[in-house]
Amino acid sequence: MIESLVHALIALVQNFWFITTVKVILLLFIVLTVNAYLTWFERKLVAHIQARWGPHRVGPHGLLQPAADGLKFLFKEDPTPAGVDRFVYYLAPLLALALSLTSLAVIPFSPKPLELFGQKIYLWISNPDIGLLILFSITALSVYGIALAGWASNSKYSLLGGLRSSAQMISYELALTMSVVGVLLMANTFSLQSIIEQQDNAKHVGFLGWNIIGWTRNGFLFPQIIGFICFFTAAIAETNRAPFDLPEAESELVAGFHTEYASFKFAMFFIAEYTAMITVSCLATILFFGGWLSLFPATPFWQFTHYIPSITLIPFGLWVIYDGLKYETIWGKLVLPVIGFVMFAIGAVLLAGIWVAPLHAVNEFIQPVFWFTAKVFVFLFFYVWARGTLPRLRYDQLMNVGWKLLLPVSIANVIVTAFVILKWGQS
Amino acid sequence: MSAVLLIFFVLAGLAIIGAVNLVWQKHPIHSALSLIVVMVCLAGLYLLMGAEFVAAVQIIVYGGAIMVLFIFVIMLLNAGEEERTDFSKIAKFVGLPLALALTASIAAAVVKPAAGLANATQVAIPKATEQISTMLFKEFVYPFELTSFLILVAIMGALVLAQREKK
Amino acid sequence: MVPTQYYLILSAILFGLGAVAFVFKRNIITIFMSIELMLNAVNLAFVAFSQSFGKVHGQVFVLFVIVVAAAEAAVGLGIIILIQRNRQSLNVEKVNLLKL
Repeated sequence: MIESLVHALIALVQNFWFITTVKVILLLFIVLTVNAYLTWFERKLVAHIQARWGPHRVGPHGLLQPAADGLKFLFKEDPTPAGVDRFVYYLAPLLALALSLTSLAVIPFSPKPLELFGQKIYLWISNPDIGLLILFSITALSVYGIALAGWASNSKYSLLGGLRSSAQMISYELALTMSVVGVLLMANTFSLQSIIEQQDNAKHVGFLGWNIIGWTRNGFLFPQIIGFICFFTAAIAETNRAPFDLPEAESELVAGFHTEYASFKFAMFFIAEYTAMITVSCLATILFFGGWLSLFPATPFWQFTHYIPSITLIPFGLWVIYDGLKYETIWGKLVLPVIGFVMFAIGAVLLAGIWVAPLHAVNEFIQPVFWFTAKVFVFLFFYVWARGTLPRLRYDQLMNVGWKLLLPVSIANVIVTAFVILKWGQS
Repeated sequence: MSAVLLIFFVLAGLAIIGAVNLVWQKHPIHSALSLIVVMVCLAGLYLLMGAEFVAAVQIIVYGGAIMVLFIFVIMLLNAGEEERTDFSKIAKFVGLPLALALTASIAAAVVKPAAGLANATQVAIPKATEQISTMLFKEFVYPFELTSFLILVAIMGALVLAQREKK
Repeated sequence: MVPTQYYLILSAILFGLGAVAFVFKRNIITIFMSIELMLNAVNLAFVAFSQSFGKVHGQVFVLFVIVVAAAEAAVGLGIIILIQRNRQSLNVEKVNLLKL
């Protein structure tokens, strides 16, 4: 009986559809949780930039705020304005959310597969040869969610906000795709995994091999710094975030295209926006910053840097325990030390990989995922930092920057990169 | 019924449903949405055939730019539902059979020369993207540069046409 | 595998539906969209033939068709905007005078 169960389990694991479904569900769960805590992170960080506390009442340090927000979205009244085109009104947030979540399917998180019952399970949902083109197609389609939302709301503010938003997205899409072409010229492929692996080609240079600096085995190829700046600026504009968020600024057009959308439909737009932020940050790390590659070279001399995850987790866990023990509320005094202890335990277990062999394998497995996640969080930090610091651009200034500054600069980047590769490149 | 054939029938069915919906709907924006569905299904069919670059270009250019242009114009011109004006009486009875006859004749004309290709398997062309780009920049470089000029002319034309009247 | 004829029959059906929409609809924008549908049907036939011959010439031509369709859509929609401005209506039956 147990043996037949084990056989059934092994057969399930070797079934392609089951594994993919499990991966999709897991990825959705992780991304939605990261979204929720990204909203917490943003509110806390913007608040601290503005010299105030963010949410700090709902849980210890406001950690339960996303849960409270989610409950609020579920229980709020969901009115549909009169005179809307029902089909398009309901379709628009669904489209925005579906497209945002779909683009996560082609992002690779780690090169090392998980070996389970002899079956290799890779940490991505799919790895097509044209992964980057698929991401751009989905970005191109995501204009519809906003344009249709603005139109379907039967309100002139929404229509204007929707049109402005979608015009902005289309304009910056050009600069976005052109700024990536420099990387594509260096990598000769659209596959995201190959782009990362080509930044790993000279094993003794570590972070100098990343595309932002572009040191390869042959010598110095063109650093893609301008490409990265154009890409990130265009990406901030593409996701309608500050300082490019005039179309959804509260004081300008009420709330832009999502004025007439209440509780859960608004939550769908919200999740779509944050997921787009996460996708673009993942893309920026993959294309320009080496994806899952470590900051340090992969030679035996630098082997000790493999314990950086534990070296960061252990002090942070201890600090959370210390902070929890002197927190005001009793609930905080209970929960925060537990969280801190869990972090400390994970760090200690990974550090024990120095002596215990299976834990060493776990530590090696965690490495690419840790570096990838760390870099993505750095970019998300930049996103929130830009929101808290920079003033908004007026709409005509915004369009001027997109067409007259970013597009020519990214085209010039392509031309110079192509020229450099022709003259001095070997591939 | 292999998986490829099943996916083909699903995508083809969706494309036909989208095209029928384009004819059926009264409001232009619903027709535009159906056309987007058709284009995405066709991009899926191109992917099924192994023409990945064309599929991506179809979605990015057709679905992401041209149809957005259509939707902007429909929104800005506030196009409403179609009015039902005088319909010729003959058209109701002869219209549909004639349309079927047109489709059948086109299908016959296109499928008959392909009888010799009946055994051609739909194997993806290896390195199709590389071959396309080589061909675009070597054999077809002159039409390629001409298309850039064509787009420039189209942009200028659209700008001039849609200008506000000078008071 | 899918035989080439299936793709060609689908292309013919889509072309026929585009022609039907072109003839029967009254809104200028919908007529224009049916032109795009017909162009898409032709693109499908091109790619199907390109795959069965094993050469990429068909796909290169599809790229050119897409570019020309984009240029045509831009100019055509400009003309439609002008028609709306002059006749205050998007009904193609009202655009039936040689002089205003």
